[in-house]
Amino acid sequence: MAAQVFAYIVHKNGVADDTALELVSAARNIVPDASPIAIVTGSGAELDAVCNDLSASFAEVWKFDHEALAYPNAEAIRKLLLAVLPTDAVILVPHDTFGMDLSPGLAVKLDSVFVSDAAGFEGMDGSTLKVIRQEYSGQVSTHLTADISAGAVINVRPGVFPPDESKSAGGQVVDKSTEIGDLSVGRQFLEVVEAEAGDVDITKEDILVSIGRGIEDQDNIEIAEELAKAVGGVVSCSRPIVDAKWLEKARQVGTSGQTVKPKVYLALGISGSFQHLGGIKGNPYIVAVNKNPKAPIFQVADVGVVDDLLDFVPVLTEKIQEGK
Amino acid sequence: MEILVCVKRVPDTAENEIEVNRDGSDIERDDLVYSVNEWDNYAVEEAIQIVDKVGGAVTVVSFGDEDSEEVVRREMAMGANNGILVSDDGFEGSDGKGIATILKSVVEKGNYDLILTGAQADDGAGQIGGMLAAMMDVPFASVVNFIEVVNDSQLKVGREIEGGNQEMNEIALPCVLSIQTGINEPRYVGIRGIRKVASVDIPVWGASDLGIDVSSVGESGAAVKRVDYFVPELGDGAEILEGSSEEIAAKLIDLLKAKGGIK
Repeated sequence: MAAQVFAYIVHKNGVADDTALELVSAARNIVPDASPIAIVTGSGAELDAVCNDLSASFAEVWKFDHEALAYPNAEAIRKLLLAVLPTDAVILVPHDTFGMDLSPGLAVKLDSVFVSDAAGFEGMDGSTLKVIRQEYSGQVSTHLTADISAGAVINVRPGVFPPDESKSAGGQVVDKSTEIGDLSVGRQFLEVVEAEAGDVDITKEDILVSIGRGIEDQDNIEIAEELAKAVGGVVSCSRPIVDAKWLEKARQVGTSGQTVKPKVYLALGISGSFQHLGGIKGNPYIVAVNKNPKAPIFQVADVGVVDDLLDFVPVLTEKIQEGK
Repeated sequence: MEILVCVKRVPDTAENEIEVNRDGSDIERDDLVYSVNEWDNYAVEEAIQIVDKVGGAVTVVSFGDEDSEEVVRREMAMGANNGILVSDDGFEGSDGKGIATILKSVVEKGNYDLILTGAQADDGAGQIGGMLAAMMDVPFASVVNFIEVVNDSQLKVGREIEGGNQEMNEIALPCVLSIQTGINEPRYVGIRGIRKVASVDIPVWGASDLGIDVSSVGESGAAVKRVDYFVPELGDGAEILEGSSEEIAAKLIDLLKAKGGIK
């Protein structure tokens, strides 16, 4: 395959995101001898720092330095990429809130195929790429075929491909800033509003009793609070609990909430979406209680109980209290 | 403000165990509970709230088979003013671009200031809104969790980004936004609301109504095709504890004590 593979690099405060080196591995899962080109947009010294670091891992790093790119506005970056990329390019982007913003529209504008949230690749057959994705909150997987002959934009799920830590590319930074054209777009970035701190800091706790949709009703949260009290932990939760306004946002574990690193994580009635699991670091001992034996949480948990948490947890709490 | 909201009828993953059927061609669809995609329901609520504040009308469109009419009707019971069902045998097998192409033709039959989709649906792709915006050549913002109408030509929108932070933007109308759950508290739809719209006529638009050549969409026009469904071979996974609740609890307490899970 002749098409060049590109990797869009997400970075913050002068440091590339973990996904940068994951995209190197992802590229080689598509084309075994791929030498992807890193695309880095931004401004000033922080951008230079990212580019210089990446040149150890990419043969070429394309740098786009412009004031208007200081904050990654996907609308402006889409316009930039349209102007500088070959139309048959294969472009890998992390499937995060930036990738969700950028990529579907980029594929339309480049007249390329779009693959969202790729979780695996099973190689090329002619110009057809075989991709693995998950559907229905991770309960089942699918194989897709995508004809990439006219180019492709592929959003890659973070945390799936091992980062390529070899740092053996010995690459160079190519300043492409002069190719930046008009970046004016209909959406202007104003500011980032930081999340409010909560009454407890779940990122510092060793034991988390985390609840999800299976708690069913706000009144049932008491069941989790009693268990948390019995084991000496605190209550955290998954996204639906915050959406329902039953617990504050600061208690939410996941990519759109807090990143936690407890020793023990009790997941009660949590299905285990990749966005939720993305917020659990440090390889804790995970206990899953879920009435659905197909829930993805059982794939990552160390020990599982297939039962309704509303029936099982009070029994567990009582037994712990008896033993004390 | 004229608002179009795109909604999808999906198996409710909170209510169902999703399993692969015998030959892997589909999920097992017998006895599934269907509902409106959760993200889309938040989008409809948001549209209704905007119209309550600044005037206008909310139109709900669903792309799918005839069963999708029930979700259009449900969202009308919630307070949407108009409903459209887009359905044609020739649309089956469309990929994301195919669906966005069809929805674009729906948009062109109206005069909308704002188009909302859910941030994602059952397949988790989250692609239709961004594609639709690009095809219409209007601005787009994804995972939106806040909307404020600034004036007739501008909105202030918040996007939910990593770490629980919120990215604030100004965006020009017309535009497309994909809505994140939690942006509001969708109202309850009672039996009375459903009865009120039970006999409302919901138009069904097919390829000829929309002026679409079915060879450009549907399975023949799709560059992305689903080959099969499968359940991946996983590593060991969790050790599932067996026995009565009391027995399981006793085993679990021993394990937790060993791992520092009980202080």
